[in-house]
Amino acid sequence: MKAKSVRKPFRLTKKAFGVPYMLFLLLFVVIPLVLILVNAFLDNDNNLTLANFKIFFTSSSSLTVLGNSLLVGVITTLICIIIGYPVAYILSKMSSGKILVLLYVIPMGVNFLIRTLATKAIFIAMDIELGMGTVIFGMVYNYLPFMIMPLHTTLSSIDKSYMEAAQDLGADKATVFFKTTLPLSVSGIISGVTMVFIPTISTYAISQLLSNGKIFLFGDSIQLSFEQGMYGVGSIMSIVMLVFVLISNFIMNKFNRQGNAVRRSLW
Amino acid sequence: MVKLKGFLEKSYLFIILAILYAPIILLIIYSFSNSSNFNFDQGFNFEAYIAIFKSDKSPDLWRAVGNTILIASVSSVIATVMGTIASIGIFHLGKRMRRLVENVNQFPIINSEIVMAVSLMVFFVTFAFPEGYLRLIIAHIAFCTPYVVLNVLPKLESMDPNIYEAALDLGANPFKALTKVMIPIITPGIVSGFVMAFIMSMDDFIITQINKGAATGINTLSTYIYSDARVQGLEPFWYAIFSIIFVAVLALVLSINLVKISKQKKKDREGAK
Repeated sequence: MKAKSVRKPFRLTKKAFGVPYMLFLLLFVVIPLVLILVNAFLDNDNNLTLANFKIFFTSSSSLTVLGNSLLVGVITTLICIIIGYPVAYILSKMSSGKILVLLYVIPMGVNFLIRTLATKAIFIAMDIELGMGTVIFGMVYNYLPFMIMPLHTTLSSIDKSYMEAAQDLGADKATVFFKTTLPLSVSGIISGVTMVFIPTISTYAISQLLSNGKIFLFGDSIQLSFEQGMYGVGSIMSIVMLVFVLISNFIMNKFNRQGNAVRRSLW
Repeated sequence: MVKLKGFLEKSYLFIILAILYAPIILLIIYSFSNSSNFNFDQGFNFEAYIAIFKSDKSPDLWRAVGNTILIASVSSVIATVMGTIASIGIFHLGKRMRRLVENVNQFPIINSEIVMAVSLMVFFVTFAFPEGYLRLIIAHIAFCTPYVVLNVLPKLESMDPNIYEAALDLGANPFKALTKVMIPIITPGIVSGFVMAFIMSMDDFIITQINKGAATGINTLSTYIYSDARVQGLEPFWYAIFSIIFVAVLALVLSINLVKISKQKKKDREGAK
């Protein structure tokens, strides 16, 4: 009885250990996002308005940016699948694949700004004109590891006996791949797609640097509108971005629960 | 036929790898040329490396390096302490509350950096936080702590609750049981959380760039690179710095992962026995 009465109050205080961080999260994560939501409905004199939405959805420049971002995002993601899937597939069949895949991931440890500036310097030295092509190259270069990693994890965790069974039942190699391996790796593809697509459209600085400021993607224009004091429009863009993030996260969670931890890290 | 296929597969792997590493390798080679447009007109030399210490930009550069380390140290230490304490609290929360806190904790990780950066910026401006280190350190703590929590919580989950109870039964007071029993068990999680927080903070560009404030003149290494190289391209000394960073990061990542793999293999072998 006595032991219980000693422990019980401490259980309560242990719960209290979480309070400082909960307050911190509320203050520096939740409230800032709420402020973004609020700002979307305010004009420059802090009056309630819907004008920002009108500006965003009718101005050609912001729609161009949205279109450009989606275009670059889709193309980058497709190229990453086309290049990355075979890499992950071949590696998953090799016995040393687990170690070799590291080689593809390591460059990500170097700050993206440095890698982008390095590629830019090379493009300039090779006299390649900076534009859409170089932006997409830079994006693929930056985010390919994000595609290879989840694909490799999924592909190498598939039970080999499924493929053997398909073969025994008379499927040729192509059929085995398209009817067995590919469907079983869908969750990896989904993780890879969201891990490439979202950063591509939201990244700041890469497209500017690799196109000499000609091509602005969503991340750049969010920054630009806040810099120019257009908090309302910037907030709406942020909300659009948030919606993309939440949708992709929802899809990813539906298919598997392993993707998040690797999102911004390689450790 | 099988041989040819194997050869083609290996060549494919190699070509992709070569493309991934080409810019890195080119940069390292030409860091010894003291040129910014990839020529060896001046021959092989170490001028670019010397310029890191002896050019008119060196003071700014080293101030930026200092700031990077200062901000990363302060914010990762605070993030680790707060995150560890928070994890113990979160672990003991009721089911529903715990899910809520874990979801909010997940937000800085899944959110796109630019949105997190501008939301903090708006917050700091709205509530008139003083520009400078305070804003930067708060921002860094905000995106680092979730990683600490993610590293520590699983360790708490895998801990045998009986050990803690046993310590209490054996007469340890709750504080002692916490510091002498619980903390040592979760230390691996705390350490990896700290390392991750430190690296995340050092590596950050977007959140720092947006929150540093133009007037303060504070730069970290990444924001200084951006402000210096955006307009006039890379001066030779940047090639030298990038090469150093490349080699350091490659060595670090490789060694961390090799240690991880050998540990895993050891575990597997022991498991097999």
